[in-house]
Amino acid sequence: MTVRFEQPLLAPVDDSGVDLQGEPVVRLRGFNRRFGENVIIDGLDLDIAPGEFIALLGRSGSGKTTLLRTLAGLDDAGGQDVRVPSSRAVVFQDARLLPWKPVWKNVALGLPGPNVRVRSEIALREVELGHRVGAWPLTLSGGEAQRVALARALVREPRLLLLDEPFAALDALTRYRMHDLVLALWRAHRPAVLLVTHDVEEAIALADRVLVLDAGRIVAQERISTPRGARSTLSARLRPHLLAHLGGERHDAGVVRLAPVGRAVE
Amino acid sequence: MLAWRFITRESSMTALTIGRDRLIPRSTGTGRRFARLSLGNRWASPVLLLLLWELGSRTGLIPERTLASPFAVLGTLVEMTLSGELPSNLLVSFARAAAGLLIGVGLGIVLGLIAGLSRAGENAIDPLMQIKRTIPALALTPLFIVWFGIGETPKIALIAFATVFPVYLNLYSGIRGVDVRLLDAARSFGLSRLELIWHVVLPAALPSLLVGLRYALSISILVLVVAEQINASAGLGYLINNARDFMRTDIIVVCLLVYALLGLGADWLVRLMEHRTLVWRPSIVEQSS
Repeated sequence: MTVRFEQPLLAPVDDSGVDLQGEPVVRLRGFNRRFGENVIIDGLDLDIAPGEFIALLGRSGSGKTTLLRTLAGLDDAGGQDVRVPSSRAVVFQDARLLPWKPVWKNVALGLPGPNVRVRSEIALREVELGHRVGAWPLTLSGGEAQRVALARALVREPRLLLLDEPFAALDALTRYRMHDLVLALWRAHRPAVLLVTHDVEEAIALADRVLVLDAGRIVAQERISTPRGARSTLSARLRPHLLAHLGGERHDAGVVRLAPVGRAVE
Repeated sequence: MLAWRFITRESSMTALTIGRDRLIPRSTGTGRRFARLSLGNRWASPVLLLLLWELGSRTGLIPERTLASPFAVLGTLVEMTLSGELPSNLLVSFARAAAGLLIGVGLGIVLGLIAGLSRAGENAIDPLMQIKRTIPALALTPLFIVWFGIGETPKIALIAFATVFPVYLNLYSGIRGVDVRLLDAARSFGLSRLELIWHVVLPAALPSLLVGLRYALSISILVLVVAEQINASAGLGYLINNARDFMRTDIIVVCLLVYALLGLGADWLVRLMEHRTLVWRPSIVEQSS
């Protein structure tokens, strides 16, 4: 594993540099998950390309947390056709730092390889927390704690980064800063990202592809090739469409408008 | 307490207003002065009680065979300390409590770990501990005398027996109360079961363990007092028993003082441990910064 932190944060990387032809990092085929009578995930197919940024929208109870837990390896897939890379990391909605370990030890938690402290400090500098390396987590603000969680995920150089509503508990200003930070880090490290969110705007602003999950199925998906930062007009057009799928009306067929993979919305 | 603080805050304001043109007070200086003043207020009623007690003794209102005067107690304390009688007997009592605690706390930690960390361990140990809990430790004194005689063993065994439970229960519930979300997060970073226990479960359970330890320490002193009444030939209990036979209330009061000091010392010890091990808690972070 090589450490690539030294490259500049905002390296000019082409936004559409996603390698769709390459071997997907995540591959699910007909994935099911049920708890007793309750079907949580229902025959889900999902491919995530290396370096692809995916936003997963869905109401509470749509199955998005269950999907994320499976991809994170927290729930056993039970012998189904699920392929996820072993190098993956999760950032949760609450930062989930261990309060009895100083910040850098949280980042270094379970980190294999040499120079654990140095690598942790580099990662913390990258999220602009170089001055809080030895602080106790309970003294951090919400935004700072979430940045530590990001550093803890990225220091592992994951091929798959799972973000479980990581900005939901932050105030608006902090949230926008975190958006920029996440994009910068994604451009610098190029993991595949699955961002679970409630926020349609957030999904449109950040992702290459937006998926809408409802009742355990993907009911809509949109690929966005417009460069980030020039998406405001697109957002106005796309938002009602995505919201319609989130809105809660039951769609009889389950699938209303499933855009074929690779279709681009301009 | 709160109301009282409010009053001192008020009076400090008045004092500042009055002296404003004469002294521009440095805030830290006045704060310290009022802190000292408040400490003085806290001491007032105990000191008054002591004075009344001394007065009662001097006027003969309190006969010496009922209760020795504070000055007599002080004199006896100095005398017993200088003669070495008090230190040597204190050491004996301290060793008893320490030995009992070592066994009791050690056993409590081992059982708490087993029951907390494995389902099978819980099924095996917890019912027994709950049964044990219903038996007041001191009620076992006669049985322990039959089993272990009247030497050191029953005294240490009683303390050990009484202190197992608070340690066990608090550690066990501390382990079981670990935040599942933290466990999930740590698992998502690929920590093994042993690493999870070491990095997450045990540190999370430590505050509970310290609460258990604090209980155990105060219980150990309580049991020590009773256990030492069993035919002791040394120790604080022996001193008290002897003093009772000779109606030396001054010696009895000295020993009571020493028991109280033991309790204070135990409390201080746990506080010290909390400060050392729970430095990450915001309250402690603030205090030490």
